[in-house]
Amino acid sequence: MAVQGNYLGMSLTIDDLDKENLSYFAHCARHDFHLQKCDDCALLRYPPTTGCPWCASPRATWTAVEGKGEVHSYEEVHHAIQPAFKAHTPYMVVLVDLDTQKGHPSEHEALRVVGNLTTADGVLAPADMVRQVGIGTRVRLVFADVADGLSLPQWTVDTAATQPAAVWRYPVE
Amino acid sequence: MPLPADTDVSTPKYLRDKYAIVGVGETTYTRGSDKTTRALGTWALRNAAADAGIKTSDIDGMLSYSNNDSTSATFMAGDIGARLNFYMDCVGGGSSTEALIGIAIGVMEAGLCNCVALFRAMNGFSQVRIGGTGARSATPVSGDTLHNRAYGWQSAGQMFSPSFMRHMYVHGTTPEQVAMVKVVHSEHASNNPKAYYKKRYTVDDVLSSRMICKPLHLLDCCVETDNATAIIITRADRAKDMRHTPALIRGIAGRVNKPRMDMHYQTGPIERVAGHYAKNILWPNAGVGPEDIDATGAYDAFTFTAMLQLEDYGFCKKGEGGDYVSSGITRLGGGRPNNTSGGHLCEGYTHGMNMVIENVRQLRHDADDSCPVGPDGKRLHTFDYRQGGCRQVKDIEVTANLGWASPMTGSAMVMRRG
Repeated sequence: MAVQGNYLGMSLTIDDLDKENLSYFAHCARHDFHLQKCDDCALLRYPPTTGCPWCASPRATWTAVEGKGEVHSYEEVHHAIQPAFKAHTPYMVVLVDLDTQKGHPSEHEALRVVGNLTTADGVLAPADMVRQVGIGTRVRLVFADVADGLSLPQWTVDTAATQPAAVWRYPVE
Repeated sequence: MPLPADTDVSTPKYLRDKYAIVGVGETTYTRGSDKTTRALGTWALRNAAADAGIKTSDIDGMLSYSNNDSTSATFMAGDIGARLNFYMDCVGGGSSTEALIGIAIGVMEAGLCNCVALFRAMNGFSQVRIGGTGARSATPVSGDTLHNRAYGWQSAGQMFSPSFMRHMYVHGTTPEQVAMVKVVHSEHASNNPKAYYKKRYTVDDVLSSRMICKPLHLLDCCVETDNATAIIITRADRAKDMRHTPALIRGIAGRVNKPRMDMHYQTGPIERVAGHYAKNILWPNAGVGPEDIDATGAYDAFTFTAMLQLEDYGFCKKGEGGDYVSSGITRLGGGRPNNTSGGHLCEGYTHGMNMVIENVRQLRHDADDSCPVGPDGKRLHTFDYRQGGCRQVKDIEVTANLGWASPMTGSAMVMRRG
């Protein structure tokens, strides 16, 4: 069955033919992070796809993955495109290297999972929190509940982790 | 049936210099064209045919690209009195120009038609805004966009910025270095009467303009305009009868990709762009290398895109793009000027076609600047590059266009003076 919800002024819809996204978000709705693991080469992949990017196998099993990692790159949006994001600027988009499978199957590859920097409750992070985060920050996955059966994975600072002495940020605040 | 001994169809060398761009044309660059894309497109096509010295009815092939923001060749052809033997309207934006010139060569080589017109028509400011606001931001989010637009990660600048930021982190590239791309292109635009923005900017102007999406300031981003552009391609031996010195097509790389086009950030280094792969097709096909190029047209949707491409096509070492674009080499009068029209940052936004048009005019030694026109109708270039002056590159023979769709996809083309 198709899933629909409204989030920050946007209509989010998972079509009933979109089996891969239905499965991905069904796990997210339970606040579980699962990715497809290839039944043939055993590599995990992100985002959901219909086949393995490395061996082309169409067979995969949804597998629990730990939602922990490190900010690989980021941006701060000061001029929002979607109207409902304007109240939250500057908001941060982070690209996070999961600890799981980092550096595999080759040196520069990683499961790089996109999200916003949010509070621990999954709300877009305020400006003072954004200023504390940069490349190298340790983060953990949280979920923003959008509607029944629909939650978005998001990233928040992992306060339980050992943070680097300094993170890299754009040189001008 | 044996082939003649002097042809070797197993190698792309066979097609070097066999086809040429013989006509180029555009509309004015405006905000608020008060015209449909159909009217803009036929205006540019008529100009390109007149520039080539052919009748519009001599065009028998047509190619276009758009993102549902243009008008099909179906309507353009009738409006210019052309009966087509081939046409195709493709989905796409940046990187399409060079790739579709490759397709034009392919269909002529296959005998499908003789003279192909390629156009891009868009109201990128007054209808479907290229910056992503308005209609583009209001469409429902589903499928793969659940993994990007849902995060307020949608516009071109937003989608590309992780690559830009990572380049600064890994290579120490500074905002001041990257701002020089805008500074240099604005100098070029100040000598281009067609340019939408003719003002010269400084590094301070760029860095003090408002932040759009860190690391992009407003002046790191290209201009949104309404315009159409057109190019006419035919066999080089037919070009002899036409008005201008032809721009011979040496080699093309078309829509070359990084791994994982669906989500290219999975494969690093993420500050690497598709030129890393495209250069291995472009240079061998063209039989030249970066050191042979007199001027470049590196796609400047953003200051960063020009820098990243110049780097990955080998005009400098990886990581030294910031030094390259701030060294002065990309200026008029420098060793290898880039985007002598002012490009997307200043002249206007046409998804890459205006940068090819500029290099065609440069190779004719007839850049349309403010220099006086001689008795033969050609400009008497002064090579004085001060504001309002000349923008012709002296003795230019070979150019390279580096087209950008995203960090993951790029096209390129080498041309030489016929």
